[in-house]
Amino acid sequence: MTITLLWTDMMVWLLVAALAVWGWILSRSPQIRKQWHSIFKSGIAMASAIVLLFYLFFALLDSVHMRFTVETHPGGGETSKSIHYEGDMVSLLDLLFKHTLSHTERTYSAPFATHEYAKSIVVDKNNVSRQVYLPLKYVHVPKGESVAGDIVKKSLFALFAGLLVSLLLIAVHLALKGRGTFVSKLNVLRRGETALPWRTAYVTFTLMLMTFVWMYLLSYHYHVLGTDKVGGDVFYQSVKSIRTGVLIGILTTLVMLPVSITLGISAGFFGGRIDDVIQYIYTTLNSIPGVLLIAGAVLVTQVMMDNHPQWFETTLERSDLRLLFLILILGMTSWTGLCRLLRAETLKISRVEFVTAARAFGVSKWKIIFRHIMPNLMHIILISVVLDFSALVLAEAVLSYVGVGVDPTMYSWGNMINQARLEMAREPMVWWSLFSAFIFMFILVLAANLFSDRVQTVLDPRNEE
Amino acid sequence: MLAYIIRRLLYAVPILIGVNLITFMLFFMINTPDDMARAQLGAKQTTPQMIEAWKVEKGYDKPLFFNPEASGIEKIEDTLFMQESLKLFAFDFGVSDANRDIAEDIKERMGPSLAIALPTFFIALVTNISLALLLVLFRGSALDMGMMVIAVMIMSVSGLFYIIAGQVLFSKIWHWVPISGYEPGWGAVKFVILPVLIGVFAGLGAGMRWYRSIFLEQVNQDYVRTARAKGLSEIAVLFKHVLKNGMLPILTGIVVVIPSLFMGSLIMESFFGIPGLGSYTIDAINAQDFAIVKAMVFLGSVLYIAGLILTDISYTLFDPRVKLS
Repeated sequence: MTITLLWTDMMVWLLVAALAVWGWILSRSPQIRKQWHSIFKSGIAMASAIVLLFYLFFALLDSVHMRFTVETHPGGGETSKSIHYEGDMVSLLDLLFKHTLSHTERTYSAPFATHEYAKSIVVDKNNVSRQVYLPLKYVHVPKGESVAGDIVKKSLFALFAGLLVSLLLIAVHLALKGRGTFVSKLNVLRRGETALPWRTAYVTFTLMLMTFVWMYLLSYHYHVLGTDKVGGDVFYQSVKSIRTGVLIGILTTLVMLPVSITLGISAGFFGGRIDDVIQYIYTTLNSIPGVLLIAGAVLVTQVMMDNHPQWFETTLERSDLRLLFLILILGMTSWTGLCRLLRAETLKISRVEFVTAARAFGVSKWKIIFRHIMPNLMHIILISVVLDFSALVLAEAVLSYVGVGVDPTMYSWGNMINQARLEMAREPMVWWSLFSAFIFMFILVLAANLFSDRVQTVLDPRNEE
Repeated sequence: MLAYIIRRLLYAVPILIGVNLITFMLFFMINTPDDMARAQLGAKQTTPQMIEAWKVEKGYDKPLFFNPEASGIEKIEDTLFMQESLKLFAFDFGVSDANRDIAEDIKERMGPSLAIALPTFFIALVTNISLALLLVLFRGSALDMGMMVIAVMIMSVSGLFYIIAGQVLFSKIWHWVPISGYEPGWGAVKFVILPVLIGVFAGLGAGMRWYRSIFLEQVNQDYVRTARAKGLSEIAVLFKHVLKNGMLPILTGIVVVIPSLFMGSLIMESFFGIPGLGSYTIDAINAQDFAIVKAMVFLGSVLYIAGLILTDISYTLFDPRVKLS
């Protein structure tokens, strides 16, 4: 077994490392600590942050890919000892969901169903053909047990297990956090007297974990969210799609930030020719309709990838490369908005007394930018990052629908919705793919929106009461 | 005023050249005329002669940016880039891969696009503003809070979902309107009504929040307090003062998008089978028809720039403090 890093894996871990370093640097500044403290003072912000971390956790789990060696014994016996790898890479998440991968049914089936969704023609012993609902291959209800009874029994067990795990983790966190005895901390928590709304956070965490554990444990016995056209488990697909959505949301910002920060500050600070050129570039880019620019660029990269099949070995690498290009393209097309904001703000700050004073004292330009201008732009950058996240997650769905999003073989909510369009036209409707994609997306985007609202109210200086 | 408009129009020229440069680079630097010829002629049995012949026929046989064989100004003029962009500036979009006149197609498809885009735009505008005013009137109340929560929820759902859900509910289950299609004239109403309603609803969350924040900013201004101190009722304050002064930021926000309404909505049109410019673009993207994509990019940029100029002009018309110079 070897760990293989895809391009996007590397980017996402790089981002996590950068965030950790950045967070550590920032945490040394008391002023910024206070700001974050006041962001998390709101219960809604705390709850949304927990939800976002939950999604991020699955995205990271799905970003560690490995390849297993195939145990082959070619004719020569000991003489040829070359190592062969399996054709497919799997991630940690795939290992967790190994059972759903092997439980592939024949075709559509509804959530918790025991039989297929459509009738099939069966020829019985007497050569009479009948139409029957075939039972699912991998759903077995124990003898002498009704389906509902079995589900309830297993659900109770799963919910209890989820609660237990969650309480255990919370207890560990509580024990490690802060000073005082465990019981005194528990009392403070119960009365809701903690400085930050930890009670809300723990409740959210428990709810999320219990839901997941419930669905996960039941996915061993049932298809909790049904199966798709070729019998694939929809729950697995929805969880796999988390990585695609989250990566597009966060990595695009990673690509976009350096460009918009550099260009925005240079335009505002240096002015003159530089300002003219940068303004010209972003007006030009802005004037091209967004979807068309992205579509054009994606089409071109597609042609490029078709001409260079040596760039990727497996289909996963191919779809990953396409995701990488999509992220780069989205980054290159979406920096203009933030750039314009930063330019205007830099222009404003450059005229404030403390900057003029610094200039008069002969402080170098670079020092002025890093010491005086950058810290005063941080709130704009942060607000736009959190605002863009939800927009990008939603944009992925639209782009995949148009056909210029992620690779069709890649799991993504956009691809699921796209397929659902045909499934809804069936009679009776196949609603569960659309429903799952909708719920998974809705929770993520809602959490991101609520969180960004809070960040905006706290950081935006105009909102100070 | 006139001099200002002319100057703005002249400023649009370098931007449009830039737009052309970007599209040109996208399509020609990586996808060379040779590749295009091969793709058009089919991958098998293409001889270099056939490729050359195809390039001459389509006019792709010239160098990209610089023609060393020509003389004088011709060195730059007699190139693929100039030839392609000059045509666009004259709104000559050429023919599509399916050998149809693109300019003709665009003219034909503008109508259905506007039939969806215009009603959506105006109904959304009126709904959003009236709801926002209502919320500002009851600001801080349970109604305000509740509606803001709903607004965030509306914003958090993918637009694709509204369309699919709308089609299933209104067309498939209740059979109120046909699921998709279009016919010219008054018959269009039954096809247009659902996409318009969905469009208005999908934009409700973001719209309501935006207008509400604009009005709230006005509500706390000194002049509003004076108006209230004079004894004006809250409703009179809202309509006479807040709405009037809020119109300015609203105007800048909406005038810029009005010309772009001509481009139609990509998703809406393709879901509802409306033969407008949006579905035209999507079909072109799916068929990889670069000529159409290029034409739509150019058209979109022209309309965007028109929107910017209109915004500036509307500023001078409605805000006496702004003088164009």
